[in-house]
Amino acid sequence: MTIMTDPPKGAFRLSMLLNDTRYRSLTLQVIAAIVLALAIFYLANNVVSNLTRLGLNINFAFLGAPAGYDINQRLIEYTSQSTNLRAAFVGILNTLLVAFLACIMATIFGVLAGVLRLSNNWLVSKLMAFYVEIFRNIPVLIWILIIFGIMTVVLPGPRAFRGEDAEASMFLGISAFTNRGVYLPGPEFSRIFGETGILSAGIGWLVALAVLVGSFFGARTVNKRATRIQEATGVRPATMLTNLAIWFLPIIAFFIITGLSFEIPELKGFNFKGGIKVGAPLIAIWFALSIYTGAFIAENVRAGIQAVSKGQTEAAGALGIRPGRIMSLIVLPQAMRVIIPPLISQYLNITKNSSLAILVGYADVTATLGGITLNQTGRAIECIVLLMLFYLIISLSISAVVNVYNNTIKLKER
Amino acid sequence: MAEQAKMQVSDEVAISIQNMNKWYGTFHVLRDIDLTVQRGERIVICGPSGSGKSTLIRCINALEEHQKGSIEVDGTLLSSDLKNIDKIRSEVGMCFQHFNLFPHLSILENLTLAPIWVRKTPKKEAEELAMHYLEKVKIPDQANKYPGQLSGGQQQRVAIARSLCMQPRIMLFDEPTSALDPEMIKEVLDTMIELAEEGMTMLCDTHEMGFARQVANRVIFMDEGQIVEQNEPEEFFNNPQSPRTQLFLSQILGH
Amino acid sequence: MSDVSANAVGFVRTETVPQSAPPSNAAGPAKWVKDNLFAGVGNSILTILAFIAIYLILAKIMPWILNGVWDAPTLSACREVLDGATGGCFAVISERWNQLLFGFKYPSDLYWRPALAFAMLFLAAAPVLFFDLPRKLLVFTGLYPFIAFWLIWGGPVYYPIMALVGFVVAFKVFERLEKQNFALALGAGVLGAAIVWYLGTMIGPDDAARKAGSLFAAGLEPVPSRDLGGFMLNMMLGVTCVSLSLPLGIALALGRQSSMPFIKYICVIFIEFIRGVPLITLLFVASVMLSYFFPPGTGVDLFIRVVIMITLFSAAYIAEVIRGGLAALPKGQYEAADSLGLNYAQATRLIILPQALKISIPGIVNIAVGLFKDTTLVSVISMFDIVGMIRGPILASTDWNGVYWELFSFAAVLFFVVCYGISQYSQWLERRLATDHR
Ligand SMILES: Nc1ncnc2c1ncn2[C@@H]1O[C@H](COP(=O)(O)OP(=O)(O)OP(=O)(O)O)[C@@H](O)[C@H]1O
Ligand SMILES: [Mg+2]
Repeated sequence: MTIMTDPPKGAFRLSMLLNDTRYRSLTLQVIAAIVLALAIFYLANNVVSNLTRLGLNINFAFLGAPAGYDINQRLIEYTSQSTNLRAAFVGILNTLLVAFLACIMATIFGVLAGVLRLSNNWLVSKLMAFYVEIFRNIPVLIWILIIFGIMTVVLPGPRAFRGEDAEASMFLGISAFTNRGVYLPGPEFSRIFGETGILSAGIGWLVALAVLVGSFFGARTVNKRATRIQEATGVRPATMLTNLAIWFLPIIAFFIITGLSFEIPELKGFNFKGGIKVGAPLIAIWFALSIYTGAFIAENVRAGIQAVSKGQTEAAGALGIRPGRIMSLIVLPQAMRVIIPPLISQYLNITKNSSLAILVGYADVTATLGGITLNQTGRAIECIVLLMLFYLIISLSISAVVNVYNNTIKLKER
Repeated sequence: MAEQAKMQVSDEVAISIQNMNKWYGTFHVLRDIDLTVQRGERIVICGPSGSGKSTLIRCINALEEHQKGSIEVDGTLLSSDLKNIDKIRSEVGMCFQHFNLFPHLSILENLTLAPIWVRKTPKKEAEELAMHYLEKVKIPDQANKYPGQLSGGQQQRVAIARSLCMQPRIMLFDEPTSALDPEMIKEVLDTMIELAEEGMTMLCDTHEMGFARQVANRVIFMDEGQIVEQNEPEEFFNNPQSPRTQLFLSQILGH
Repeated sequence: MSDVSANAVGFVRTETVPQSAPPSNAAGPAKWVKDNLFAGVGNSILTILAFIAIYLILAKIMPWILNGVWDAPTLSACREVLDGATGGCFAVISERWNQLLFGFKYPSDLYWRPALAFAMLFLAAAPVLFFDLPRKLLVFTGLYPFIAFWLIWGGPVYYPIMALVGFVVAFKVFERLEKQNFALALGAGVLGAAIVWYLGTMIGPDDAARKAGSLFAAGLEPVPSRDLGGFMLNMMLGVTCVSLSLPLGIALALGRQSSMPFIKYICVIFIEFIRGVPLITLLFVASVMLSYFFPPGTGVDLFIRVVIMITLFSAAYIAEVIRGGLAALPKGQYEAADSLGLNYAQATRLIILPQALKISIPGIVNIAVGLFKDTTLVSVISMFDIVGMIRGPILASTDWNGVYWELFSFAAVLFFVVCYGISQYSQWLERRLATDHR
């Protein structure tokens, strides 16, 4: 149906390939395909002849060989005898860890700064504007180095904690802030199924998470019931106390039953042992990414809130809705629609910028796979291709989420 | 009418549409359109909203593709051949409801653009031509302004002049006055009447029934993608045949 | 522009009228302070917290700046001068400013050349940034790349002249033929330039000098591109890559909007690929992988490889901005161009792009600022831009080992001045475009 059913009379001429709307686009695409194929062939040919000239080949077997280097900050078991693949995997987890932490903290910074910038307090709003401009206009790389510098120069080394009259002392006696990192009390469960330790700490945390998820659904049920009652009778029952109880009682009970205790870090030899160690590089990159991206998020938040026009607020006010409720019922839900897509793209930026961790020696995937492994094995093409593949997968997944979100929003708006 | 006698209609065929059909996906917009327009004829198309008037007009200069039947303009068959499409577009001028002037170009540049680039007219000649038509639509003093600085009526007259600069033999108008305030409608209609008096072949989709009575020598009524009725204006307005036409006219003229 | 109904009448207010100021008897500084700083308990607490924050920051920074030492040969000398007091050793900046700005290898007696190129940059950029300036100035903008290239790299003047001649020939051929057929004109133009350059390299500066006078062999002392460094390198990468990525970005944006699926998806894949990976991985490509893609034996300079990768990177982002501009154009513009008989190339070049680009300028400027900041990443692949200079030669030198804050503050200030300046320009432009009748 899309093509005219009565074509012009006369035989096919070659010039019709370009001059006839039916063939023109196909012709151009075929030409483009040929040009592209030639270009790819040319480049591939160059690669092959370069590699043969240098006696190299493409081979991913190095991934199975022992990596031969240590990684300080790691989430899973790893020794220098582990494979390169495992090193890459440690790096991937580290990338995800720092990206995740930075996303949360950047959101907090950004939302705070964005809302405060709209505050009618002149000084606070100017201060926030200053924060945004300073951080947006200086490269994140410089921020990472500056914050890493603050960590290493300003904080005391572990040895400062030694001796009777030490220069530094542990914060509240339980955590140590040193230039090698921050040592925090490490929680552990002493009493899961007695002292047998059937459940390791990791599983204990999973159970704790499950308890929290249960609380979430419990609280939701209570709130829904309250809404139903409000719709039926016009009076909303008080849910505050019930909610608090649902959120806190189960998890506290769980901790008591399992006997949650904390391992306090101790200074042993030249360094602290025990507890949780958050290395200085992780903190530097985490904090730098958060505060830098927070400045951008602040702008998004501000724009989002301002986009919800004043008319909306006034209309709601005219309906007699209380100001506090106006923010939560009218302004924020609408602002969220404007804020969330750029917010997610900022999360994407955080993930990509976390690759700068290599500068301060944080072992993210760029530093392990794209750094040490690449340099030690000399497998440049393989490492870089894998590295790009990893980031691509992350980015595409995040854009898929954005698309789904945008589509649901569109559906609701119709 | 006395005026109409002046406007000669020749036997030469300007547009010939035969058995033309168009679909948007599965939606059948135009059904079996048969229409022959003589050179010098002035045709007004009317009909309810969504009846396919715009689509018909836009098919004639290939802004929309038709799927069945034939359209022939000045003896050139509108086929998938780009040369034919270019030829037809250079002979057919078109005015849009929203003028569609190029906001980043001055009025003079709007007018000379197509002659320079399509007709390859030297710049100086193109500018003389442009000034000629600007005088014709009575706004030569606005030549160096930008479209955003003009009123709607002036913009639409510039749009007409822009089409005329290509010296078309046929002009298509798609609701040229419906985006205008009442006081501006007249100046545009006056321009169109003047054009008609000079013998331009015109196809006009409009709700201006006064204009139809005064200028048209045929009024076409479309509904649901079909030409329901066509007649001379006098007959069409005073003695409509089809009940659908009667209903439409009673609605549009009734109050 | 797109709001035609607003054009139909002479004047339509598109925004609500801002609230006007209160009558003057209700104003006055005391009232201002009360309204803006101490309205309510929460507000007052915020104000106090803000004052505390400001005090803490200033208390740390002010002595450091005010007490700074600007004149000392080494860090230890500087510490002696300070004698235990807080204060910055800004002496490192006054001693090493040349390295920070030009890198440590650029011959010091030739600093005037990049400095001159930098000064001329403003002249070249002016007509691009401010539409009101006479269009004739664009001629200088066109000449600028060749002049700047010659000033910074030196070598016989023959090469930039040859390159320029090639471009001029291409442009003339294109101009001649473009009304006939855009593709033909483009092809002929490229061919013309290629012939000129081929002949040009065949002849070479010495032959040309023998035949046509010694002028062609005359030149400036050449500087190899690995000797470029410091903030100059950041500026060069930023300016070059943004300029080169504009045409590429436009082509990608048009390709992505194309009705031809093959071309569209090629562009989509390219754009999404580039936007999906961090710039640093692309820089790794430039430093260790890209040379494999060139024919064996052509040792392409690291600087050029980096320029290629950063250009591809920023082109993908610019393409997305321009796509937004293209999408914002009303359909009527395309239809009007079609109905006048303009073909795709003409409609795009004369009607669509000028408007779409104008809408996209603020977005493009934002990309440019981001890109300029990102040029610091080249320090990771051991190029000595300003950050590379600080982290490498300067911090490693025995004289200044340990001067951390002063150096990074200096770099931060340089970037802040440039980026803040550009973003202020962008905001000014946005306001202007909003009220522009064109
Ligand atoms: N691009 C399109 N895709 C799908 N349907 C379309 C498209 N353009 C128009 N239509 C449909 O085709 C029908 C005819 O549209 P057309 O614009 O020709 O009507 P019209 O007679 O000009 O109406 P009006 O007086 O409102 O301008 C309408 O029902 C419209 O919804
Ligand atoms: Mg219509």
